[in-house]
Amino acid sequence: MTTKSRVLIAFAALMLILTFFFPLWKIDLNAPQYPEGLGLRIWLDKISGLKPNDLQSINGLNHYIGMKEIIPDSIPELKIMPYIIIFMIAFGLFNAYLKNRKLVYIWLILFVILGAVGLYDFYMWAYDYGHNLNPNAPIKVPGMTYQPPLIGSKQLLNITAVSLPSVAAIIIFISMFLNIAALYVDSKRKKNEK
Amino acid sequence: MKNISKKNLLSALGILFLIALVYAGCNQSKSSLTGDAASQVYVAPGTYDEFYAFMSGGFSGQLTVYGLPSGRKFKVISVFSQNPETSWGYSEETKGMLNTSYGFAPWDDAHHPQLSMTDGMADGRFVFINGNNTPRIAKIDLKDFETTEIIELPNSGGNHASPFVTENTEYIVASTRFSVPIPQDDVPISSYKENFSGSISFVKLDPGTEKMNVEFQIIVPGFNYDLARAGKGPSKDWAFFTSYNTEQAHTLLEINASRNDKDFVAAVNWKLAEKYLKEGKAKTMPAEYYRNYMDEKTHSAVSEKNTQVKVLYPEDCPGMIYYIPTPKSPHGVDVDPSGEYIVAGGKLASVIPVHSFSKMIKAIEDKQFDGEIDGIPILKYDAVIAGEVQNPGLGPLHTEFDDNGFAYTSAFISSEIVKWKLGTWEVVDRIPAYYSIGHLMIPGGDTKKPFGKYVVALNKITKDRYLPTGPELTHSAQLIDISGDKMKLLLDFPTAGEPHYAQAIRADLIIEKAIKFYRIEDNHHPHSIKGEKESKVVREGNVVRVYMTAMRSHFSPDNIEGVKVGDVVYFHITNLEQDWDVPHGFAIKGMNNSELLIMPGATRTIKWEPKKVGVYPFYCSDFCSALHQEMSGYVRVSPANSNVPLAFSLGK
Repeated sequence: MTTKSRVLIAFAALMLILTFFFPLWKIDLNAPQYPEGLGLRIWLDKISGLKPNDLQSINGLNHYIGMKEIIPDSIPELKIMPYIIIFMIAFGLFNAYLKNRKLVYIWLILFVILGAVGLYDFYMWAYDYGHNLNPNAPIKVPGMTYQPPLIGSKQLLNITAVSLPSVAAIIIFISMFLNIAALYVDSKRKKNEK
Repeated sequence: MKNISKKNLLSALGILFLIALVYAGCNQSKSSLTGDAASQVYVAPGTYDEFYAFMSGGFSGQLTVYGLPSGRKFKVISVFSQNPETSWGYSEETKGMLNTSYGFAPWDDAHHPQLSMTDGMADGRFVFINGNNTPRIAKIDLKDFETTEIIELPNSGGNHASPFVTENTEYIVASTRFSVPIPQDDVPISSYKENFSGSISFVKLDPGTEKMNVEFQIIVPGFNYDLARAGKGPSKDWAFFTSYNTEQAHTLLEINASRNDKDFVAAVNWKLAEKYLKEGKAKTMPAEYYRNYMDEKTHSAVSEKNTQVKVLYPEDCPGMIYYIPTPKSPHGVDVDPSGEYIVAGGKLASVIPVHSFSKMIKAIEDKQFDGEIDGIPILKYDAVIAGEVQNPGLGPLHTEFDDNGFAYTSAFISSEIVKWKLGTWEVVDRIPAYYSIGHLMIPGGDTKKPFGKYVVALNKITKDRYLPTGPELTHSAQLIDISGDKMKLLLDFPTAGEPHYAQAIRADLIIEKAIKFYRIEDNHHPHSIKGEKESKVVREGNVVRVYMTAMRSHFSPDNIEGVKVGDVVYFHITNLEQDWDVPHGFAIKGMNNSELLIMPGATRTIKWEPKKVGVYPFYCSDFCSALHQEMSGYVRVSPANSNVPLAFSLGK
């Protein structure tokens, strides 16, 4: 492998460190009563509000429709995800050192699978919150469920929920792209050598 | 002498008649306001005003917050008077704020809001206001627009010349309107001249703790002290106080206190006074006065009783205080943005005298004195005067300044604002006020750099300006555009209480600092609880303490039994919300007390003494949510001798 490719792979691994400092996903809630906005930020290791106490406010609102409280400490994914990223960083650096194309493919495929599992898990988590409602909730709208969209916008009673990937997710995409670029650069050089 | 004043009186009456005629003319043309006046005060729905205005509530005892230029009212800040709407002075936490050396004082008369300053500019930290009747100064914190401290002033007989701050809010100055025996004593009223004195108080704002303390007082001759301003720039070490009744009358003041051609402006070098204080020139005098403050951690009033005060006597402290002769019962004394000119509003005078600070300093150096009173040298009028504004209207009261070298003086009797130029003393414009303007206010008009966009007329009488409401009519202010050469009336708006004085500040200096709720983690109220699970009811003899939480849309607990007739019940309610604009209220049937209004994150307590057996509903009185009507509960009250066990629950 070329030095260029190796630098790309190492850089792609190291930039994943940044994912610890930015949210992965964001869910913004807009309602007439919240002109200042309400929002959730999902990080590798925590769920926070857009503003302090947003999480508490959202939990407060959710009790009307019987949604469970969001308690970040009780979500196991938030404990696992940091280790997965640390592993991918180590794996990436290892690839840069080892120069093995196959392992780079494995890194990529593994990351895609992890991402897909993560999104599925996130979807199921949201499904559970949106569907598993307290039957004694004060507000019951027949047929209404409150699952926020995975990506995009959805009207939930008076609230418009907008869910989008955030900075950390984009960093992961770029990191994967850099690995693909590294493989491409490397294969081009090989062709030229032939 | 007498003849001359009669003549003056006659000519004044003649002018009054003329003014009345002018009025009639003005009234006919007052509907000729052009459309662009409306657009100048139009603040579109959902957008903000440019300025916050803090307007005194007069004899309501409160302070009101308005927006300018719209004239919209935002909030009545409870200060000196009990307010059942906010439970101010009713809740256990706030009752102590109204403690005085005369006991609990549920009312006062609030006249002059004053914003705190840094380097001669309003800084948006605090607004102060005086309690005129039972002499006090209140400090309102502009983080939450709540009164956080009230200090009583000893040796004062009415705190009118108050509260005005020095350039960096080192001191809040105050002077007594009525002279009284100092210390108080059982003496004949007719012994006024022998036994009565005035006092000038310097209340220090501790730069660290931001708490107030009566640092020292200056005992002055027994005149009436009316208004004040501290200097700025070159005059920053000085403060100026007007006096009237230098005749020292104690009865029929309207005649007896209007005899002298000149009364005095007292000029006090507070830096020098501070030095004398440090040198130990002050005498310690016994005095009883209270300082009440809201403890930041517990959100509860703490009352401290003070028993002594340091006083300075002018005869012991040369150079500390001078009298500047000033015509005819001056009211306002206002220092221009440069700090050089001191404008006095002689309310019975035919001119506005403007004193020069630099000339005053020179006159002091040259000993240009005209005698002295009780150790206070009287400066020669001609040695200090910079100029006189001729023809300023009748009854000039109070002056503020724009940023282009103009001054604006209110004239009470001729009911108008007079605009004149500093330096030339020429009147350049005048505009009628409807009616009988007292003070006026330009945003930043008392600072080093006024905004100079508007002047607000603070009127005493409204008569026919609004829909009539019986004998008692609304009080009113008027917004006038001063951005052009000619003043232009833009808006009349009603005010809550009599607007004696007001101050305004650019909104952006406050918006950023304003908090949205109290952090529940920072709530250290001894009876607060941080979650529903901690809610409980505890009996201590015949005292029952209910530790209750409020959260949309229920109280916890909401069913309480085991309370008996004769019990004293304290509802300690913590609002667990951590969201903007979600206060909860609390009211229980038959209570002989106010409601409770509890801000998010705060704890408030109301006392209830049930007198009859029965089941008493309670509910949230501030509409909080879709299920606000459901936010309610019951307390069962059993006979005094019953053995119903104490029980409480939620959702059972």
